[in-house]
Amino acid sequence: MKKLSECQIGNFAIVQKVEGERKIRRRLFDMGITPSVQVYLRKKAPLGDPIEITIRGYELTLRKDEAELVIVELKEKEL
Amino acid sequence: MRQFALIGNPNSGKTTLFNALTGSTAHVGNWPGVTVDKKDGIYKKLDELISIVDLPGIYSLSPYTPEEIISRNFILDEKPDCIINIVDATNLERNLYLTTQLLELDVPIVIALNMMDAVTKSGDKINLKELEKKMNVPVVEISALKNQGIKELMEIANEISKSPRKGQTVLRKSALYHLVDDVNVVLKRKNIENPLFHAVKLIEFDELEVKNHQDVLETINEFKKSFNDKIFDNDFEALIANERYVYITNNFSSILIKKDKEIKLTSSDKIDRVLTHKIWGIPVFLVILFLVFHMTFSTNFLFLGRLLPDGFLSLQGTTFEGIFGDGSIYSPGVILTNLLELFLDTISNLIRNWLSNTPSWISAFIVDGVLAGLFAVLGFLPQILLLFLFFSILEDSGYMARVAFILDRILRKFGLSGRAFMPMIMGFGCSVPAMINTRTLSDNNERTATIRIIPFFSCGAKLPILTAIAGGLVQFFNVGNADIITYSMYLIGMITAIVTIILMRNTTMRGKISPFIMELPNYHMPRFSNLMLHLWDKLKHFIQKAFTIILVSTIAIWFLSSFSWKFEFLLEDATMLFNSDPIKYASLEGVTGLVNFRMNESIIASVGKLIQPLFTPLGFGSQLTKVGWVFAVATLTGLIAKENVISTLGVLTACIAGTYIASEDGVLEVVTMIQATGITKAALISFMVFNLTTIPCFATVATAKAELPKGKFITTLIFWLITSFIVSSMIYVIGSWWWTSFIFLVVIITIIVSISFYNKARDNKQLIGE
Repeated sequence: MKKLSECQIGNFAIVQKVEGERKIRRRLFDMGITPSVQVYLRKKAPLGDPIEITIRGYELTLRKDEAELVIVELKEKEL
Repeated sequence: MRQFALIGNPNSGKTTLFNALTGSTAHVGNWPGVTVDKKDGIYKKLDELISIVDLPGIYSLSPYTPEEIISRNFILDEKPDCIINIVDATNLERNLYLTTQLLELDVPIVIALNMMDAVTKSGDKINLKELEKKMNVPVVEISALKNQGIKELMEIANEISKSPRKGQTVLRKSALYHLVDDVNVVLKRKNIENPLFHAVKLIEFDELEVKNHQDVLETINEFKKSFNDKIFDNDFEALIANERYVYITNNFSSILIKKDKEIKLTSSDKIDRVLTHKIWGIPVFLVILFLVFHMTFSTNFLFLGRLLPDGFLSLQGTTFEGIFGDGSIYSPGVILTNLLELFLDTISNLIRNWLSNTPSWISAFIVDGVLAGLFAVLGFLPQILLLFLFFSILEDSGYMARVAFILDRILRKFGLSGRAFMPMIMGFGCSVPAMINTRTLSDNNERTATIRIIPFFSCGAKLPILTAIAGGLVQFFNVGNADIITYSMYLIGMITAIVTIILMRNTTMRGKISPFIMELPNYHMPRFSNLMLHLWDKLKHFIQKAFTIILVSTIAIWFLSSFSWKFEFLLEDATMLFNSDPIKYASLEGVTGLVNFRMNESIIASVGKLIQPLFTPLGFGSQLTKVGWVFAVATLTGLIAKENVISTLGVLTACIAGTYIASEDGVLEVVTMIQATGITKAALISFMVFNLTTIPCFATVATAKAELPKGKFITTLIFWLITSFIVSSMIYVIGSWWWTSFIFLVVIITIIVSISFYNKARDNKQLIGE
């Protein structure tokens, strides 16, 4: 178990749980970050934050503050 | 007229489809009370006219963003006859998530599956029949870009809109379905419209629903107590969101047949590798930004000036003298401005000639009052529109989202998100497009704060003030270098912006930085027709404002400066003046028309004299005794357009120094003014800073009024006044007596410490309260 914010570029991971207060949690869900979905950490911005992930076939960017709320399990390679 | 609503995710091609459906009938306004675009138009190709409403691009129907609230309220209150749900086929999963929520409404729905060509091209396949079956609504394949399938879409929409549809939910297999069904039945019995939609929202404990249905809530709470999910505990909002995605993924495999699962490097990815590169990302952005400004404002396009002979393209002696270049080529923005000015001057002269038989005050009123004021504002148009065009291209291509991505980290230090950067930088060009572009900011407080600091980024029209006064300073006091003075004024503006934004975000505009969870759309070529429609909208709005609020205020200022209290008309004929005293009015040789050499008797002069003492702490008030009011008046006329500040000083030299002066760069006017008034160095710098930071021109003020959230306009005007007073007096006082900087330092530290203590105390109180 790891936070999404702690993952490295190129990591594949499976979302386990989403934390945080209601509003932001709902936003993360609405964008498709739900338990058991696969995420791929594509890139970090030039200053290391925010990060860019591939999820459900599209690119999503979020800050480390928000990525911290997403608990994931690392996967060796893509499912 | 029957009404169809267009709804879908951002970047799903919704705007393109809307434009294809409505063409030139589109009307853009704001939704009442919020500055979110409201677009509607008419589709004419069916037997009857159909009104099309373009709802804001959204991902969900949650109660948390203004766009989502507008969309759901529109559907619930206005009851459109049909919903056209546009779905991006290349991004089916997330797009269908919104669809699953729309399905719960009792409204006929048709899915417009857009961008199928891109899916086919990549070798994937989408099974339309299967999608239709799983969603239980008709699906039409379209290409909004190529204008394909649109007629068929509208025919089907028209057909289904004639028979009612009952809401359905994809939560049938969910553990919550029994509860959904129970609440649905209760609401139905109470004759509530869209019972299923409301039932699901109630179970989500949706803020907008809960207060209306207190009675049903008990049932839900009861159920909640006994419910426990492994992952979600009893957070129904999360559970329902998850169930929707589960439904989509479970049925997804049969709908979308992927050719291969490998993540390929698309051309979009390749572009992204450069534009958001770890090292090159920021430099590339700075180059793009430079190019935009260079194309709009430079008088030395592509730096060809060095290579070209003197007077190249100056077209001396022709009508087009100095329009296209002068020893260099002008940038497109400058050329367009010059052409427009030439055109407007021609019109002015035609009208002046046409009115030559009327009393002089009538032609002066029409030509110098109405037209000159109007044209001063219209003169900005080419550069405003060009800036708009460039930024729309960057926005449409998908690059703007990357800019926010690259710069978010830096902006956050000031309490803003990455999205706020572009509007601020655009302020260097013109505040009008800059303020309109703050629409991409989702948080109201952040938006208000950004709009307020935009004028501190010195715009193109303020530059003549800076160069003229800096030139005057160098020439008269023999100090430093004019370029360095001008440059430091830009710096002071930016520092003011940073300091005030930090102050606001810690006091009145407090609030957490809005979360930054944003889609990065694929890069694509912007559509020419979309860009033009966009530009046309802005043009219409600007012209509307130019002919209303701006025109009225301009006429008011002209009237005040052209008439005395006895309503005596003060303007005089230049030729006659020159003939009466060729020595005194030497500079009027060859000048025709009316000049205002008696402005000192005007109403505005007495207003200037009245408010003169207010500027004492700034160095150009009472200490300048009898003639100090000229600076107050110049500031007032600067409200029409900031260029007026220097030309007013020029006119007023005639009143107080006895000679009329008009030099090209305004330096001579300033030097004469320094001699006549005895204003000090520090006070001159303070005057520059004051004009830079105070209430901007009428065009900007009108834009701010339209763009600011309700009830923030007056406070914004006050904010500009107070900020400019404080900053300029600090400059004057420290510039005159350097040791006072220690006093200011102490005051500033005290303010910072007390604000942070106050905020801490307040936060603690809130924590305890919770």
